[in-house]
Amino acid sequence: MKRFIGFIKKEFYHIFRDKRSLFILFGMPIVQVLLFGFAITNEINNVDIAILDHSKDATTKEIINKIAASKYFSIKQFIDNEAAIETAFKKGQIKAVLNFEKDFGKKIVAEGKATVQILTDATDPNTANTISNYVSSILQNYQREINKDVQLAFQIVPKTRLIYNPELKSVFMFVPGVMTIILMLVSAMMTSISITREKELGTMEILLVSPLKPFQVIVGKVVPYIFLAVINAIIIILLSIFVFRMPVQGSFILLGAESVLFIINALSLGILISTVSASQQTAMMVSLMGLMLPVILLSGFIFPINSMPFPLQVISNIIPAKWFIIILKGIMLKGVGLAIVWKETLILMGMTLLFIALSVKKYKIRLE
Amino acid sequence: MNIIRYIIQKEFRQIFRNKAMLPIIFVLPLVQLIILSNAATFEVKNIKFGYIDNDKTSLSRELIEKFDASTYFNVLTAFPSAKIASSTMLKGDVDVVLEIPRYFERNLQKEKKTDLSVTINAIDGAAAGVENVYVNQIVQQFNKKAQVTLMLSGTPEVRPQNIDTIPLFWYNETLNYKTFMVPGILVLLVTMITLFLSGMNVVREKEIGTLEQINVTPIKKHQFIIGKLFPFLILGLVLLTVGLIIAKLLFNVPIVGSIALMYGYTIVYILVILGIGLFISNYTDTQQQAMFIAWFFMVIFILMSGLFTPIESMPQWAQLLTEFNPIKYFVQVMRMVMLKGAGLADIYPQLIKTVAYALVMNGLAVLSYKKVT
Repeated sequence: MKRFIGFIKKEFYHIFRDKRSLFILFGMPIVQVLLFGFAITNEINNVDIAILDHSKDATTKEIINKIAASKYFSIKQFIDNEAAIETAFKKGQIKAVLNFEKDFGKKIVAEGKATVQILTDATDPNTANTISNYVSSILQNYQREINKDVQLAFQIVPKTRLIYNPELKSVFMFVPGVMTIILMLVSAMMTSISITREKELGTMEILLVSPLKPFQVIVGKVVPYIFLAVINAIIIILLSIFVFRMPVQGSFILLGAESVLFIINALSLGILISTVSASQQTAMMVSLMGLMLPVILLSGFIFPINSMPFPLQVISNIIPAKWFIIILKGIMLKGVGLAIVWKETLILMGMTLLFIALSVKKYKIRLE
Repeated sequence: MNIIRYIIQKEFRQIFRNKAMLPIIFVLPLVQLIILSNAATFEVKNIKFGYIDNDKTSLSRELIEKFDASTYFNVLTAFPSAKIASSTMLKGDVDVVLEIPRYFERNLQKEKKTDLSVTINAIDGAAAGVENVYVNQIVQQFNKKAQVTLMLSGTPEVRPQNIDTIPLFWYNETLNYKTFMVPGILVLLVTMITLFLSGMNVVREKEIGTLEQINVTPIKKHQFIIGKLFPFLILGLVLLTVGLIIAKLLFNVPIVGSIALMYGYTIVYILVILGIGLFISNYTDTQQQAMFIAWFFMVIFILMSGLFTPIESMPQWAQLLTEFNPIKYFVQVMRMVMLKGAGLADIYPQLIKTVAYALVMNGLAVLSYKKVT
């Protein structure tokens, strides 16, 4: 045990000696959480659009005013012919064009029907779809207004209740995601070179001839980093509560415990990468190239997992971040306890044990 | 000139000698391109839907059938009570719950009007908004259909005025998000590989001690930097080429614009990234520091590039920051040239900014490389 403590002490010295890395390690996550918490949103605001109004009458003016008044759109230009649409789209100045047909106002009275085209630049299909939906819903509201006096024969009115996030704040969606991504990547990156570094510097030989067991070496490598990552996690959680006004409906203790579990999980993944790589370069490339995009895309952080093709939904199960995001949202927004997130917790525990066991097994006790 | 050639030769040998790195450089990005391009959609489908039918009449069943028939909803379960439904929602097993009140049919016949309560899990605000639109659409259609059947026999009423909206999606009629994501993710992968490799490059020589050997040779600063840049530029272009072939053959992404223009811009762009990488590498002491910093910028570049979430929605100061994000320009240019067929004149602003960026970053890279240790 004394030996083991000595080993952990050594690891701490290593970390605290490198002031520059330490500074980066604590500074970066703070900057990123602040930046992303504010900047990442899939809401649509102030989209630049253009109007092509062939009829220029009172009705179209009223509709245009409604569109201009909404916070979603800002009308950048009025164009007068179809050809100009193409030019504007190509330059990328606007995202959508509303094209009112001729005699719009007359037709709507005389025929009870008039047509407006919503042209969107669908090179970004996600945004295009949202824009199209928003315009339609503004038009639908307007339609309801002008039809106020019409007696409907039959009317079912859906009363919608949005729970857990009634104001539809996208911060609630993205802050847990940002927390997860940053904790995952920072933790995995920190330990991913811990063993290869000793190999490259030649100090591995000393460790190998020491009476420390592989298990002790692996665990000893993880322990100091748990300490660093927990401080990081506390800072991030405080930021999300006080800066982004994230509620914590559930228990703080559970939130803390789950965070520690997730950190250990990510750190042991880093150790595993380190034991199977031959050089620092390889280890870092694996943890950076191998983890960054899959964690961002398959964790449900930005894109809903439910909408993905089935094989990807299956693959997403091996991403620890996915489970932690579910847990975080559950505790913070829904206020659930262990009784509900036990499954996710068990999965994270199982993964952690697997990573550690594999690392111990792969840890070579001979020099090559 | 000869000197540069030798450095380039040395760099290439070092890259191809490291057998463990080759699959990471060439295979990993392409596998990710193929798999991850499928993941990035905001489409809302396979919605987990449940209902509580307190009425159990033919009309309520008809309404539920409408939801069942919709491709967006997966009708999962009929809940016996609101309590069970809400605990299921807490577990995350259902996202939209429709509750049909008692006397639903009777109220409609008598009062011609009835409420319907819908509960939506709104943690993902954007998805909840879309789900709400879908629910409303289905109910509205149900209303209209009932109206038509009733109107035939009923008295003439004031005719409602309808606005027909026709959504047209230009350049991508079917809203196939892959045509957008494949070029975008390709951009990210090319950027990651070139940034990480160049970022680790010089500092690795520092750590191993071989930088000292180079310092005592008569190699000039700019020769050293050019020799370091070139191999990674080639690597980036090879990756782009393979990626484009995959995009064309596997994902059927249209390539409308000029390929020469695309490559021309990519060369300038990769020089920006390599400049950043070498600057980081010159400035740091260990590979670990270099990678942390490269990682820091990479995550910011990726998430603020407008690829996954729209830039217009960011607050003003954040939009200003994205002006310094090279990935933003690369994504824009790829999108414009590949999908819209934009020409040199259209991408002129992006090109100028990128060229300026390249000059600044590589200038800094040359300046920060000191031939003393």
